[in-house]
Amino acid sequence: MEQSWKSARGIFAAALALPLFWLVVFFLFPLGIVWLYSFGENRGLTDIALTGTLSNYLRALEPLYLKIFVKSAGIAALTTGLCLVIGFPVALAITFAPPKAKGWLLMFIMLPFWTNLLIRTYALIAVLRNEGYINQSLRAGWGLANGLATRLGQAPLASFQPVELLHNNFAVVLGLVYVHLPFMVLPLYSALDRLDTSLLEASLDLGAGHLRTLFRIVVPLALPGIASGVLITFIPALGAYLTPDLLGGPDSQMIASVIERQFKRANDWPFGAAMSFLLMYLTFIGIAIQGALSRKSREPG
Amino acid sequence: MAVPIITFENVTKRFGKVVAVDNVSLSVEEGEFFSLLGPSGCGKTTLLRMLAGFEMPTEGRILIDGQDVSNIPPNRRPVNMVFQSYAVFPHMSVAENVAYGLKIEGVPAPERRRRVEEALDLVQLHGLADRKPDQLSGGQRQRVALARALVKRPRVLLLDEPLSALDAKLREQMRTELCTLQEKVGITFMMVTHDQDEALALASRCAVMNRGLLQQVATPNDLYEFPNSRFVADFIGSVNLFEGVLAVDEPDQAVIRSADLAADIYLDHGVTGGRGTTVWAALRPEKIELSKYVEGVGPPVIDDAPAGSNSVRGIIRHEAYLGSESTYEVEIPGGRRLKVLRSNLTRWDQEDFSLGETVWLSWHACSPAVLLS
Repeated sequence: MEQSWKSARGIFAAALALPLFWLVVFFLFPLGIVWLYSFGENRGLTDIALTGTLSNYLRALEPLYLKIFVKSAGIAALTTGLCLVIGFPVALAITFAPPKAKGWLLMFIMLPFWTNLLIRTYALIAVLRNEGYINQSLRAGWGLANGLATRLGQAPLASFQPVELLHNNFAVVLGLVYVHLPFMVLPLYSALDRLDTSLLEASLDLGAGHLRTLFRIVVPLALPGIASGVLITFIPALGAYLTPDLLGGPDSQMIASVIERQFKRANDWPFGAAMSFLLMYLTFIGIAIQGALSRKSREPG
Repeated sequence: MAVPIITFENVTKRFGKVVAVDNVSLSVEEGEFFSLLGPSGCGKTTLLRMLAGFEMPTEGRILIDGQDVSNIPPNRRPVNMVFQSYAVFPHMSVAENVAYGLKIEGVPAPERRRRVEEALDLVQLHGLADRKPDQLSGGQRQRVALARALVKRPRVLLLDEPLSALDAKLREQMRTELCTLQEKVGITFMMVTHDQDEALALASRCAVMNRGLLQQVATPNDLYEFPNSRFVADFIGSVNLFEGVLAVDEPDQAVIRSADLAADIYLDHGVTGGRGTTVWAALRPEKIELSKYVEGVGPPVIDDAPAGSNSVRGIIRHEAYLGSESTYEVEIPGGRRLKVLRSNLTRWDQEDFSLGETVWLSWHACSPAVLLS
């Protein structure tokens, strides 16, 4: 571009004014208030005194809450790992699909985005609950097996016990993987699609098999895509609220639910604010690490 | 005779309805520098990729050292390729790139190091072993690709448009280097190119392809002087083509009469075909002689053609001075323009031809190539 923003300051400012105004008034300003609250103390039901105390942060780091932080990070990490393991072959398949099929496959990946998260989560509940599709199918199978057993003269099987699929860690991870898979597949696909196919052919030509080519050439070159996929899966998974709230049981609550409780039922805004910002600091650290990694991979030598 | 190192037997390749390679049969002998030449989309790259194993022939067989390689995947074929884009692995150093193939082969580390060093010396990249590809110039990257392929000691080295991505000066230099490299390693080279100069300068033998069909396989010299079709004559170098009929056809002489040309084309050799057949005479620009037209004086005497043939009058319509030579476009009666090339043999050229001047164009009886198709 010949023209930089410097030579057209007026237009640049005019184009920027509205979104900037929006961000400042409706995002930065409220965020600032919440940040200030995190250094405050409750006085009465609605008043918060900004005393500059660090007690909220200290309380958030108490074992009770720290355990939930760690658990949330663990679930988010597991989710990210599963998304990577499932998403990489999917992205690879889309990359090497015939050009006509590519668009359709990408659309199928995006399709869940067009449905409300709440509806998708309730659909998962319908699949997983005790009277859900999985358990109904299992019950039908069990009934058949039972009929077969009695016909063969065996003792009848015990009555069917539905498999507990809902309201536990399994359901939470399953739901999070389901929701976040597109976040992983899309950056991976964009990294793999940019890969020069002659590099893969060169590897084959030099005697490497497909598996070795995958691990020695494809994965190292897709590393920036993997890093950004991991990051943009991990961050929303860490702060996920709806999925663990609806699919999780009493022992599988994540940090977002705890924060929500502070703002609502517990009416302890300063403490909720402190935990929110702890989560945000963690995210910043993650982004900083990813930034450092990608800078390093771009540096020659 | 020894078994050819590469044999294509009636190889056809179709992509859907498109026939990329059409019933090609070809064999290449050990030690040759063989070039596949043709315009883009003629099937030459497909032929090379089938040899490497990246494409499978729809019909026919490909043999390397007499062995059918149809069912052998690319990673187990005794050939290695230098890609058009070089395909140097960007996340590996120069040495790692060259060592890649050896590592897979399981060559022990000390021998690997020695062979990598040898290969880098061969392509004159010593001292750059630890560089990453993005710190190399295009020419250096190509040398890495060459070293990486040669270090595997392939039976055949495949080169896909090896010089097309280099600038003119470097291209010239790499051309000579490829030649000496091939002499040094003694490996059979098979190169794909669309650049006729490149093919003529490097190859010991060329195959000219067009629309999937093999047009002619010959030495560069024969391709230029004895093309077998209008396509080859036109594709290799520049040419003036005349369509005509054989007016005389005897064992030791022939005459072609063309509607485009005021004079007959006299040949001092016979032509297969017989009187009345339509043929084409191909006359290279450098084989046409220019001489001054003097009012009242006839055409210049040509020692091997009867008077009245092999010379026409024309007017210079375009002139380009190229240093070592000059090219002219001369309009002959009937309106056609002929290309003429004249070497600038002296520094003060006595016969300075200028635009708009009337001149004689003449040629020897042995100069035109006669084409039957």
